[in-house]
Amino acid sequence: MTPPDYEYLRKLLKDQSGLDLSADKQYLIESRLVPLSRKAGLQGIPDLVQKMKNGSTSLVAQVVEAMTTNETFFFRDKIPFDHFRQAIMPEVLKARAARKSIRIWCAAGSTGQEPYSLAMCIKEMESQLAGFRVEIIATDLSQEVLEKSKAGLYSQFEVQRGLPIQLLVKYFKQTGEFWQINPDIRAMVQHRQLNLLHDFSQLGAFDIIFCRNVLIYFDQETKINIFNRLCKIMEPDGFLVLGAAETVVGLTDAFKPYPDKRGLYRPNDARAVRAPAGLVAPRIAAAAAGM
Amino acid sequence: MKTCLVVDDSSVIRKIASRILEEMNFQIVEAEDGAQALEACKRELPDAVLLDWNMPVMDGFEFMVALRQLPGGDVPKVVFCTTENGIDHISKALHAGANEYIMKPFDKDIVAAKFQEVGLIEAPV
Repeated sequence: MTPPDYEYLRKLLKDQSGLDLSADKQYLIESRLVPLSRKAGLQGIPDLVQKMKNGSTSLVAQVVEAMTTNETFFFRDKIPFDHFRQAIMPEVLKARAARKSIRIWCAAGSTGQEPYSLAMCIKEMESQLAGFRVEIIATDLSQEVLEKSKAGLYSQFEVQRGLPIQLLVKYFKQTGEFWQINPDIRAMVQHRQLNLLHDFSQLGAFDIIFCRNVLIYFDQETKINIFNRLCKIMEPDGFLVLGAAETVVGLTDAFKPYPDKRGLYRPNDARAVRAPAGLVAPRIAAAAAGM
Repeated sequence: MKTCLVVDDSSVIRKIASRILEEMNFQIVEAEDGAQALEACKRELPDAVLLDWNMPVMDGFEFMVALRQLPGGDVPKVVFCTTENGIDHISKALHAGANEYIMKPFDKDIVAAKFQEVGLIEAPV
């Protein structure tokens, strides 16, 4: 990619989406836009840039979408997975000692890094989980993204961000330039297409919900609505994990923060919030007023 | 300040890696091959070694085996950084005492992720 093409793409992405790429993200652009240009029947990035300069708005939209969505990597942010191993799983194991089944939902499963990170954690805890049935359901809005997740095929760059080398060696097979996660780990994750704005009660009840870095794209009212619906399909002693920049505080009483574990929440005992969004809306004003 | 020994026969790679590591607050010592690296370690053990595999005189693997036999040589974190990206090489390196493994090409994010992995730098909060 030539420096002028890179600068053109950087500026376009900044203007169109707010995405702010630093000067050294050529690989990121290449990994996303080379496949896109091929799909569009173009020769590569120079060709793609030329078509956009000539005014192809549909290409611009595709480029923005390809660059802004699904930014994810294995064990992203690390801390939530420490919480999972050290706080969540020990409690859930005790609480489900009789039922011997645990259900986990990755509500923004994206290209699979998060559900497979959880699957690897669970595999590593196998000895404590004897006799347990563990289900991981990964959902995403995009069918294309889910297909990538199902395939479990990752580039060399993707497997080097967040994934310890020991886990790469243990749970992946090298196929050409790519790395594919092993069939036994893939089989631990079920995939479903799902829009969080729609009813998701058909998924059943969950002990653990990972809903990270997706609510940031929604307005307050929608967030409140989703939190309340998440609470309804969560076991009363379940766990909710949010992204680093996300919180329930000031939005809903359905969940309360877990002490000293950032990003970790549990349903409130009272289960106070069962009201439709219209009745909840005044809370926003109250929160904004500093309550 | 922690020290990192950057071992690569390419001066360009050494320069790129050094710049990334200096930003992460490491003091850098450079070596062009395994033999030079071993001499540097005999003088003073670094906290970390970023290590190429294929080099003249002594390769990265031979160097690591020798380093691990020095008094206190089990302490430095060794992170390979090489175009040898086959699973056989990775397994061999881990088995012989490597702590992490970077497959070239690499960038700042990968170096930071791997150094976090082995506890050389703190994860961003």
